Amino acid sequence: MIQMMNRRKHKMPAIFLILLLIGLLLPSFVKPMMVHAEESKEVTLRVSNWEEYIDEGDWDEDEVIDLESGDIFGENNIIDDFEEWYYETYGIKVNVEYSAFGSNEEFYNMYSLGNVYDLVCPSEYMMMKLAMEDQLLPYSQDFYDLSEENNYYIRGLSPYIRKIFDRSTVAGDPWSKYFAGYMWGVTGIVYNPEFVSREEASSWNILTNPKFKRQVTIKDNVRDSYFAALGGIKQDLLTSDDFRNDPNYVTNLENEMNDVSDETIDKALNFLKKVKDNTYSFESDAGKADMITGKVVANYQWSGDGVYTLDQAEEDDLYLDFAVPKESTNIYFDGWCMLKSGIKEDPAKQHAAEAFINFMSRPDNAIRNMYYIGYTSCIVGEKGDPRIFEYADWNFGAEDDEEDTVDYPLGYFFTGDPDDEDYIISAPADSVNRQLFAQYPDEETLSRSSIMVYFDKTTNDKLNQMWIRIRCYDIRNVSPWIWVLTALVIFAILFYFAHKKWEEKQY
Amino acid sequence: MHKFSFSRKQLAIPYAIYLLCFVVAPLIVLIYYAFTNSNGEFTVSHLITFFSDPNTLGTLWYSLAVAIVTTLVCLLLAYPTAYILAKSNISGKSALLMVFIMPMWINFSLRITALKEILSLLEGNLAYYPFLNAVIGMTYDFLPFMILPIFNTISKLDDSLIEASRDLGADEFQAFLKVTLPLSIPGIISGVAMVFLPAMTNYVVLDMLYNSTYIMGSLIGSYFAAYDWHGGSMIALILLVLICVFTLLTRGGEEEGAGRGGVLL
Repeated sequence: MIQMMNRRKHKMPAIFLILLLIGLLLPSFVKPMMVHAEESKEVTLRVSNWEEYIDEGDWDEDEVIDLESGDIFGENNIIDDFEEWYYETYGIKVNVEYSAFGSNEEFYNMYSLGNVYDLVCPSEYMMMKLAMEDQLLPYSQDFYDLSEENNYYIRGLSPYIRKIFDRSTVAGDPWSKYFAGYMWGVTGIVYNPEFVSREEASSWNILTNPKFKRQVTIKDNVRDSYFAALGGIKQDLLTSDDFRNDPNYVTNLENEMNDVSDETIDKALNFLKKVKDNTYSFESDAGKADMITGKVVANYQWSGDGVYTLDQAEEDDLYLDFAVPKESTNIYFDGWCMLKSGIKEDPAKQHAAEAFINFMSRPDNAIRNMYYIGYTSCIVGEKGDPRIFEYADWNFGAEDDEEDTVDYPLGYFFTGDPDDEDYIISAPADSVNRQLFAQYPDEETLSRSSIMVYFDKTTNDKLNQMWIRIRCYDIRNVSPWIWVLTALVIFAILFYFAHKKWEEKQY
Repeated sequence: MHKFSFSRKQLAIPYAIYLLCFVVAPLIVLIYYAFTNSNGEFTVSHLITFFSDPNTLGTLWYSLAVAIVTTLVCLLLAYPTAYILAKSNISGKSALLMVFIMPMWINFSLRITALKEILSLLEGNLAYYPFLNAVIGMTYDFLPFMILPIFNTISKLDDSLIEASRDLGADEFQAFLKVTLPLSIPGIISGVAMVFLPAMTNYVVLDMLYNSTYIMGSLIGSYFAAYDWHGGSMIALILLVLICVFTLLTRGGEEEGAGRGGVLL
């Protein structure tokens, strides 16, 4: 027994040694294999989106959105949540490299300078530009598969928006082939009802209305300004009954609001010159604050920013309204597109990109993003998932004891049936001019909306020339006496130097 | 000795690399873009466009007007301030100087936002005075750059020169006019250069103070925003040439000032 023990004692280290050796050697064989396996399983997804345009989590405890179907709360960054969800659902690690841009043009410049992205979220006209340049990868058939449970996007997309995406074309294809809607909105006027009547604010001509001289701001970019100018110069046509009641109203309206004939550009130039002389300023961001501090009484705004302005003003006990011009409003979309140069026919990457869109379109996540950024999601949720409508109701619905309420039907947007009784918000009467209207304009307003397409290079050059002509000081406006004065000053300086040179020579 | 001079040469290498990467290379790219069209062919059309379009010329005119007025206002404010500061005998002169420099330490956009509110109080509706606002904003922003060099030049002046002029019968005003002012010209020139050039291009001030008219900086920006790298580069190049000419002219003045100092000595 003792002997055996002894022998064992001798043997043990030997076994240990062998085990140790195997233990040491094995990883060096196995590890490369494992790393290889992991590498093929880990996907990197380069996503680029607008600044502050996605939920970054870290909400305060009291920010819980308590809907009937359950609470919604942004605890973590939604990107981290996606990575976790993707791993849990598909067993594949995805690593999102997220970056942000400040404007469509900035994104395009970064992209053309060699930055590589897989999934980006530009506005519809930039999507059109990319599609026309054959830079976009169409979504796979699976992405549109309604029977797949995780396809939150296609199962939850608003039928109203879906119609627009299927109807509008780029390079011969419908938008929906390349474009998955994220947020949308219309352009309108935020105004202070103390000084501006709703009727005055409901026309693009408020920008040239002398009554509000130097009291209105306009967006500082060509496209938005041009759209407003079109609305202003075509007011009579656009509001005429003949035009409104034409069976081809939708097409005709889109043609009129994308009219870039030389004659129209000339007219828009004159209109916008008047705008420049009449408005407070062209602004790219200051308009919201100026509206709240009362520097201006009305302000050309995107509906999402309009909601933000109204909310902020309320905190200072200032009650502003939002109006949509009666001529026409620009309906705009920010949506996801896959870039060919990034995805490079890598199915794993494409799958991750499409899953990213689906994850963002899951109603709870759509609500988180909406809550965080204040814009309106293109998603309404699939049938039987009322969470997004509940969120709208949670936001805008009247309290139970409120007396003065109106019914605000949103069926047209949520189900496609304008009379759907399950989708009527009972809202305080004054809110139909305010946030609710900005976030979900009524059907009648939206029927007057038009998309604005991407213009080709020649047209864009013309529009930019127009813009420069508006913004630049025309040297022909310099009055003759200033020229005389300048000449005198130049002569005086020359004379002074010449005189000094002459004096020096005397020494 | 030989070894020492060799290592001194080596010390210049980092800066030479910097110069090559961040000054020479971009300049070459700029010139290339300015003289080519979108197909990469040589063209001078951007140059011709700039000098034949009343709008771009008007922008140049407007920028010059803003810059010249700003520089003059800065000079008129800065010279007496710097003179009094430099000549005063009070202790803690540097602390007083700091008060004038301090605005530079505050974040730029915060400063202009504050100015916006102050001007709104004073003027009511800012939009009626775009040119005035631009000048006030730029003066507010660039004044320290004018005060500092003038202060430095005046405080280094040899007092015996002024005493000598007084001995020779000049009264205080004449002594200032004939001695102090000519000798402080180098300070004025570097102050002018530090204010005039940025004032021609700093469009952020104009944007924030609601001046909707483009100056050179915003004009270049608008070309780039429209993906017209070529037209934008040409305007940038024209601005660069203008600045070079301006600097050469003032350098001539600077040497002259030094010469005058020599004559006086």
